[in-house]
Amino acid sequence: MLNISGTQINFLKVRVITFILSVILIFLSIGAFFVNGLNFGIDFKGGTLIEIETSQEIEISGLRDNLNTLELGDVQVQEFGSNKNLLIRVEQQLGGDQVQQDVVQIVKDSLGSYLSTDINFRRTEVVGPKVSGELIQSGAIAIFVAVFAMLVYIWFRFEWQFSLGAVLALVHDVILTIGVFCITQLEFNLPIIAAILTIVGYSMNDTVVVYDRVRENLRKYRSKEITDLLNLSINDTLSRTIVTSVTTLLALLSLFIFGGEVIKGFTFAMIWGVIVGTYSSIFVAAPLLRYLDVKREWNTTSAVDSTR
Amino acid sequence: MLYFSNLKIFSVLSVIIITLLFAVPNFFGKDQLETFPNFFPKQQVNLGLDLQGGSHLLLEVDTEEIIKERVENLNADVRRVLKKNNLNYSNFKVSNESLKFIVEGFNSEIQKEISELSMSNTQNILAMGDQTNLIITQEENTVQINFTEEFIKQSVSNAVAQSLEIVRRRIDELGTREPSIQRQGSSRIIIQLPGIDDPDRIKSLLGQTAKLTFQLVDTSVNFDPFNPSKAPIGSEILASDADEEFKYIVKKRIMVGGENLVDAQPGFDPQTNEPIVSFRFDRIGATKFGRVTQQNVGKPFAIVLDNKVISAPVIREAILGGSGQISGGFDSEEANDLAILLRAGALPAPLIILEERSVGPDLGADSIEAGQFAAIIGFIAVIIFMIFVYRYFGLLADIALIINLFMVLGVLSLFQATLTLPGIAGIILTIGMAVDANVLIFERVKEEIRNGSNMMNAVENGYKRALSTILDANITTLIAAIILFFMASGPVRGFSITLAIGIFTSVFTAFTFTRLLISFNAKRLKPNFVGLSKNA
Repeated sequence: MLNISGTQINFLKVRVITFILSVILIFLSIGAFFVNGLNFGIDFKGGTLIEIETSQEIEISGLRDNLNTLELGDVQVQEFGSNKNLLIRVEQQLGGDQVQQDVVQIVKDSLGSYLSTDINFRRTEVVGPKVSGELIQSGAIAIFVAVFAMLVYIWFRFEWQFSLGAVLALVHDVILTIGVFCITQLEFNLPIIAAILTIVGYSMNDTVVVYDRVRENLRKYRSKEITDLLNLSINDTLSRTIVTSVTTLLALLSLFIFGGEVIKGFTFAMIWGVIVGTYSSIFVAAPLLRYLDVKREWNTTSAVDSTR
Repeated sequence: MLYFSNLKIFSVLSVIIITLLFAVPNFFGKDQLETFPNFFPKQQVNLGLDLQGGSHLLLEVDTEEIIKERVENLNADVRRVLKKNNLNYSNFKVSNESLKFIVEGFNSEIQKEISELSMSNTQNILAMGDQTNLIITQEENTVQINFTEEFIKQSVSNAVAQSLEIVRRRIDELGTREPSIQRQGSSRIIIQLPGIDDPDRIKSLLGQTAKLTFQLVDTSVNFDPFNPSKAPIGSEILASDADEEFKYIVKKRIMVGGENLVDAQPGFDPQTNEPIVSFRFDRIGATKFGRVTQQNVGKPFAIVLDNKVISAPVIREAILGGSGQISGGFDSEEANDLAILLRAGALPAPLIILEERSVGPDLGADSIEAGQFAAIIGFIAVIIFMIFVYRYFGLLADIALIINLFMVLGVLSLFQATLTLPGIAGIILTIGMAVDANVLIFERVKEEIRNGSNMMNAVENGYKRALSTILDANITTLIAAIILFFMASGPVRGFSITLAIGIFTSVFTAFTFTRLLISFNAKRLKPNFVGLSKNA
């Protein structure tokens, strides 16, 4: 029987190590962002994406060379899940929105004459410069708005110290998630923004549970040393944090393995986010409270969950 | 917290059963549903284009083109008034939005005349009660004329509304299955075409403004059609539709236009068996057409579509019946499309395709299959894990989880929300996160027992204490889902919908259904039911 209850792990003792680790990871992420940059998909970069399925295996390099003679700029061809499924990406063409539309026909004609097998066009996406510019803008705004909304909500429900700690942990999670996409160079597209927003929600959810317990313990043990109190709160909620993370990861892993190629990037981001979010609730958000001078005198009657 | 009045039990169970009823139709075929009694819900979940296959197009009306056209008309109006009043003007400049010129003797009389002419030429666009559509400023002899902002806005808005109508007519003519055509923002149109994964034909139909005109060919000059010299004043050089290199010189004056057509049908020429489009004019068009053909027998008459000459047949005799035919060496599909375009009418401005996303039916079906499989596996994994950790309570949470899943499906069907691939991911994520409310409660119960409470009190207090934490924790995820809903569109929006529904159903089931199950067994509860060994 799994029993994580009643642990007395001294999480705060390792806070210097975990803070240093977090700072290193953040710098790595920021560094990777400026060195590698994000590998934007067509949602944000514009261009054309065509997914085809063929009845026979295709020699990719030959096809790539052939498509690169079309004078459409950079054409990438990659396997997508199996060697009969190919993903063809054509970079955005100069000359505005209307020009992008011609690319599909040119590529289709060329594929038809170059490949001797049956071709099934499974997916075609064309995103013009206007829309891709807007998408990247609204994606960035969405993340900022979400983080800001969390800041306000926690401030409203707790105190500014909690709000600040929670948001620092959130920013940590977002930076690390963007960082892992810079380092792995996995495609960064619209669903990844959705994943980051969900991570923001999930990580906050985890943090709130710990904070809730910190607040409760602050009322309960008025004279307990803050470090011990934080340790106690993390340990109190540790079992829940682990169980929920495990169930969420089980569901996500299943989606990652069996859910198909199209949402693999999205699921990867979510899995990474759940791990980072769980880590940050325990090792970033809660220990930060030690430095933020939390209020000790809580008005016990005003709170919703009137603890004895 | 464990006491439920009969009324409460009844209402909780009713909510659950009704929601579940709405999920039921999704497990039957359309034909089977027909045989269900009338009171039974029959709505199934709406599948997004990424799951059922189809095409999404985002178009933008070229508003610059509209403003340009308006300014050009204004230009002609102003020059006419100046000429009429024998005013000499110089430095005439036409910019994107205004006219500027230097003139002597410009006074309020003339200003009024220009305003009135412009008003009468744009009556159909102005909102009721507008006094003017022009702003005329004069500084010594320099005059500048602008349209009012209101007028520009109104012009664009009208053109977009008109474009929407024409797009709808063109697509309807093709007989597409349940197309959805919506306006987005000030100048955009979203088209969703289920079941169409190669929208080439639709794109080409929408890519043409389809402005049809009949213009006389200028026969006053001899020229080389492959290398024409400058056209005389009042004429223009137009390319042939069939061959870009072949040029015609036609008179600018439009004798009859496409707006006077009442019908156009594809057909075959009985003599040559060549595909043609036959058309019919309204009364005004027929009169104009009759007069022109009568006065110009023996001369070539150009049929011009979007500034390209389709053909320029020689008028053999006056055509007074108001109908005619176009033959331009097209095949039968081209003839068919041209007839559709002519029937639907011309677009007020060109449409630009900003975005296209098409998914073939195979990929959609594969995605559903993979999604279902992943959901089942994830589901089983979570169920086993929960029983492993919480034993009997875990089992109760699992039952709630199953109910929860079907409730999500029921709510989706009830509100006819669209299920997309990211939406399926949202459901699977919900499977993992839905147990959270129960986990929070069970952990509290364990803690209470460890602190010495008896089982009944522990459960009672567990629920009470966990409440605010559960609310706080779920509201944060809900905030993220709501922001996503408003910022995203298409498939990603489907994710925010399932995520939000999942939050509501999971909190609801944890606080009603699981609690109800526990209260039914309240007297028999033992600590090991929640995964605590007896000596813990």
